[in-house]
Amino acid sequence: MASGNMSNAGVPPMRDRSWGRVAVYVVVWALAVGYLVPFGVVLLNSFRTAEEIAQTSMIGWPTNWVFGNYTAAWATYCIAQTCSGIQPYMWNSALVTVPATILSTLLGAVAGYSISLWRFRGDAWIFGLVTMGVFLPEQMRLIPWTIVLRDLGMTNTIAGLVMIHTIQGLSFTTLFCRNYYVAIPVDLMKAARIDGAGFFRIFWRIVLPLSPPILIVTVIWQFTHIWNEFLYGVTFTTGQQQPVTAALIALSASVADVPQHGIQSAAVVVAALPTLLVYLFGGRYFVRGLTAGAVK
Amino acid sequence: MSALMIRDLHKRFGSVDVLKGVNLDIESGEFIVLVGPSGCGKSTLLNIVAGLEKPSGGTIEIGGRMVNDVAPSDRDIAMVFQSYALYPSMTVRQNITFGMECRNVPRAARDKAVEHVSKLLQIEPLLNRKPSQLSGGQRQRVAMGRALVRDPLLFLFDEPLSNLDAKLRVEMRAEIKQLHARIGTTIVYVTHDQVEAMTMATRIAVMHHGEVQQFADPETIYNRPANLFVARFMGAPPMNTLPARVDGGRVMLGDGSVALPIDAVGLGARDVVLGIRPECIAEPGRRFGDAAPLIIKARVEMIEPTGAETIVTLRLAGEKMIGRVAPDVRLAVGAEAEFAIDVRKLCLFDPKTERLI
Repeated sequence: MASGNMSNAGVPPMRDRSWGRVAVYVVVWALAVGYLVPFGVVLLNSFRTAEEIAQTSMIGWPTNWVFGNYTAAWATYCIAQTCSGIQPYMWNSALVTVPATILSTLLGAVAGYSISLWRFRGDAWIFGLVTMGVFLPEQMRLIPWTIVLRDLGMTNTIAGLVMIHTIQGLSFTTLFCRNYYVAIPVDLMKAARIDGAGFFRIFWRIVLPLSPPILIVTVIWQFTHIWNEFLYGVTFTTGQQQPVTAALIALSASVADVPQHGIQSAAVVVAALPTLLVYLFGGRYFVRGLTAGAVK
Repeated sequence: MSALMIRDLHKRFGSVDVLKGVNLDIESGEFIVLVGPSGCGKSTLLNIVAGLEKPSGGTIEIGGRMVNDVAPSDRDIAMVFQSYALYPSMTVRQNITFGMECRNVPRAARDKAVEHVSKLLQIEPLLNRKPSQLSGGQRQRVAMGRALVRDPLLFLFDEPLSNLDAKLRVEMRAEIKQLHARIGTTIVYVTHDQVEAMTMATRIAVMHHGEVQQFADPETIYNRPANLFVARFMGAPPMNTLPARVDGGRVMLGDGSVALPIDAVGLGARDVVLGIRPECIAEPGRRFGDAAPLIIKARVEMIEPTGAETIVTLRLAGEKMIGRVAPDVRLAVGAEAEFAIDVRKLCLFDPKTERLI
């Protein structure tokens, strides 16, 4: 996610022109520009022909705006001997990301709800174990997952990736939801129990209606995280089953007469588009949700 | 019929004894107030009666039925919380009907019950609002409505007025009392406010350190407190308690420079703690009953006019005491003044056991 957009909201008019303030803005702008330069280069290259890039420089303004890179990247460019563009891999990514996002968010909400509002023996331990997943490096989990996928016969399947991302995502979604739900007053739970509501009725009728702010946060988080995920995609799937992040590597590695930087750039932009859109439209809800309380 | 019977109830949290053998017998139709300072165990007791917490020992019977292992929803109780605990995402109507929805009450019966209760509490115009659109007093009413609609054997109130401003609190206090008079259902009401206890209860259970210190009607609690804790906790300002010595028909206060006549012939000569309510120390013109008033002299240390009366701190026989005089009495701070003492309501306590003699 780019960070440039976030500074718009809280910038006060620069009436106070003390040097410290000026220095802060110079640094912030420098960082923002530096952060955006690679994306800018890719974006510009996606509108340049391969010949132009090869003859001039990787960095440059398009002399001649072309849009053919996008159609080629989407539908006809060859990736690992299959000339279908990134379209099928985008579809793979969606098939992994959407179910895994929904499942991990819902399960995380139920888990966070039970840990925060239904105290039971050992709940703190379970919470600790679940959130430990947040801190475990991805690489450490590769071999265990390989074994699990093999034993379940899910190697090189989209369903396998959905399962991995759902379970791994639970660490984050449980943490988010639990921290949000602890702010729900215990009296609400007591009142509901006296009214005769059980675990799921309380969740469904009382807790879930309070949850949109945190559900938006977890959905955005999970969506961008799973969509951008590369290591599992490239490790556990090959060929036609790969998500787009993994397929992009194959694309850059494909041997061609001339390096197709324009098409590759277009493919990268298209692959990044879903998360960019999520950020542009959901970013403000993300920030708002992270700081929101459950009950006003 | 006994509405609620609590037998030898214990509750431990880890190594902390929160309730140490509580016994209460509550008759049907009573308005019982559990009062005590924070941490005395009164809310824990209420939660155990509601079934929201499990006791470590002892039994609870509601309406003659042992309910130790009965779920909160099956105990035929309704509860009003200090925070009101209204479901934020539901309208007032849904808040009131949620319990019936859980018990699968048919829609027609639900509507009828809502109509009845909202009329009783005058919350009809609020039925389609969300709790966030209500004032504190309105939320309080809705919380009561949610309890009333159940028509239970037992109402449990957990400091329901603590979050209201002073004026509204007094209004709601009167309203709850009237409501009880009208519907007649047994109420167990927890508060730390002794004025609420005195004004509303048919009987008061004063709690301290996880034990019931005294369980009696308000008049007895006020005039014949069972021990020094009750004496000092109930009443505002609280009862004056000071070391004294009885000898024959007299009680010598503090350093012995002041003596009051007292009907304590059987006590012989011994040390006591004397309890005297502030309203028993008044301006010299005051008459207590038919007897001629006893007049003493004391030094005025501070005066606090409240408008209706003046609270006066005075030093008598070396001890600090509080009296209540008429607002038009002029008192000079630092000077000696005369006060009339009502000796009919003196209480004597054992200095060791702190119990009423």
